[in-house]
Amino acid sequence: MSAITIAPPMDLAPRVHSLDPAAFTVPTARDEEWRFSPVDRLKQFFDADPAAGFVTATGNGVNVVPMSEVASSWIPIDLASAIARANVKKAGVLEIPAQAQWAEPVIVDLTTIEHNSYQHLEIVAGQFSVATVVIRQTLTGNVSGSIVINVGDGAHLRVITVVEGEFSTALALQMPVIVGRDATFIGALATLGGGAVRIQSSVQYTAPGGRAELFGVFLSDAGQHVEHRIFVHHDQPHCVSEVIFKGALLNPGARSAWIGDVLVRKDAIGTETHQSNRNLLLSEGSRADSVPNLELETGDIVRAGHASATGRFDDEQLFYLQSRGLTLDEARQLVVRGFFADVLGRIGNDTWRDSLLVTISDRLGISPVEDTDE
Amino acid sequence: MSSLVITDLHAQVHTDTGPKDILRGVTLTIDSGRTHAIMGPNGSGKSTLAYVIAGHPRYTVTSGTITLDGVDVLAMSVDERARAGLFLAMQYPVEVPGVSVANFLRTAVTAARGEAPKLRLWIKEMKEAMADLQMDPSFAERNLNEGFSGGEKKRLEILQLSLLRPKIAILDETDSGLDVDALRVVSEGVNRYREATGAGTLLITHYTRILRYITPDVVHVFSDGRIVETGGPELADVLEADGYERFTTVPSA
Repeated sequence: MSAITIAPPMDLAPRVHSLDPAAFTVPTARDEEWRFSPVDRLKQFFDADPAAGFVTATGNGVNVVPMSEVASSWIPIDLASAIARANVKKAGVLEIPAQAQWAEPVIVDLTTIEHNSYQHLEIVAGQFSVATVVIRQTLTGNVSGSIVINVGDGAHLRVITVVEGEFSTALALQMPVIVGRDATFIGALATLGGGAVRIQSSVQYTAPGGRAELFGVFLSDAGQHVEHRIFVHHDQPHCVSEVIFKGALLNPGARSAWIGDVLVRKDAIGTETHQSNRNLLLSEGSRADSVPNLELETGDIVRAGHASATGRFDDEQLFYLQSRGLTLDEARQLVVRGFFADVLGRIGNDTWRDSLLVTISDRLGISPVEDTDE
Repeated sequence: MSSLVITDLHAQVHTDTGPKDILRGVTLTIDSGRTHAIMGPNGSGKSTLAYVIAGHPRYTVTSGTITLDGVDVLAMSVDERARAGLFLAMQYPVEVPGVSVANFLRTAVTAARGEAPKLRLWIKEMKEAMADLQMDPSFAERNLNEGFSGGEKKRLEILQLSLLRPKIAILDETDSGLDVDALRVVSEGVNRYREATGAGTLLITHYTRILRYITPDVVHVFSDGRIVETGGPELADVLEADGYERFTTVPSA
């Protein structure tokens, strides 16, 4: 299998796509792509582990089939994903039939009992289908692999992914989304657990008129490294992308990285794109890296913007709330809840929004305030 | 009957170039049912007095005392002062994104009263209090102070005053940035609170305008970090006519 070079060297786009692990070099901390990553904690994914298991996908409508029977439209972009693809024996496949209108969310559980496991989940939303899928990625061991999402022409797919698990585990996850003509994808990603977590989300459009919204919330605590790398490739006209990630870093030693790359090609006229990352540091001694990149090859677009901010609690906000009788803990709770409120609100599913709010509040050691309008 | 007693209060602000003295010996007693106006030029330290009473961390009290009904206020945290019955209506209320007015108010009222108000009664109480201040019900769903006009922020401060029912209220330049209609509505809110609770009020203002709506019992002139003259409501008229010049003859550093 040969590598395909698709872009000039300085491009934001991944340079190599290949099914062959030999096409890739072994990552080191000196590589631009890995300079924020805990390479040591992910290195078990750089060598094929013959003893590794595979992640089982369970849920209504999910079929577990041999990987050889899956015709995935996505080609791996780094060593870990190529090794996972070459070695995963079984894959989960969820097909949403064309025209289907699923009223209830489908819940897909991704679980494993092995120390190291490979994963492949393929979601295919047929033409004009409407569905919500909730993916629970629960880590009890190390997982490397993919969740590949195909959104057919005119389809409307919402995917809520919740990553939880022990801090001793590692996750290297690829989440490519392929968006069809006039299709809408709404992805909400809540990265709450796992020790060394590196998630790469990408969006590509196969035709004009696609829309992709990626919303993320993440928590990082002492001992966690939580990294998100987003790549949105606008090479079709009149497509929209919106990326909003918000993270809170809890205790000293917490670590996060967010790298958002948006590339607007020459032909992608009428593009509308915006991405932002905001991080809240709740203690001294935690660190959040945030790097938004935007590359425009055409000026014939509707809008393009990016933003990034990392800050601590605003003393004036805390003083204002405390001066109304709230204890410091209560004030911090309200501010953090408010910090995540807009992005959680964008998930578009109240049940899962509330569930995430409870989980986040638990992790922060605070109990959620009930809303007066409930 | 409550009493806020401030005795020979000295305070500093922390700046990049070190501490700077702002309050230089403030002595003032505010009893229930009494309304005091503190008037003074910009930079005289009158807003600092409000922040120091509320416990803002930027200021340090270097000497003097503040007590509420005999209890040491300076030993209390910011939230303890609020729960003890002190309230500061701020000149520049702070925006808190993502926190609805309704959620914030109920949390604050729960803290002030020691228990959560019953939901149905609470909604009725909040709606009535908002109607009194001519606030649209949709206000409750907006994020706290986010994108509010100056007038909206001040109305919300007075809404909190009416719901939290403090023993002593300090209103820091509540009149600034208000047009005449908003000033009237806000002043009426303050007057309703004074009549309903018999609380003590400290009104800090640069202009005499608000004193036409809220009649003070006592007027103090504040200059260079202390009270330099005290009189009745007529003192405000003198200031209106003559300005602050004769109180600021000694330029402060």
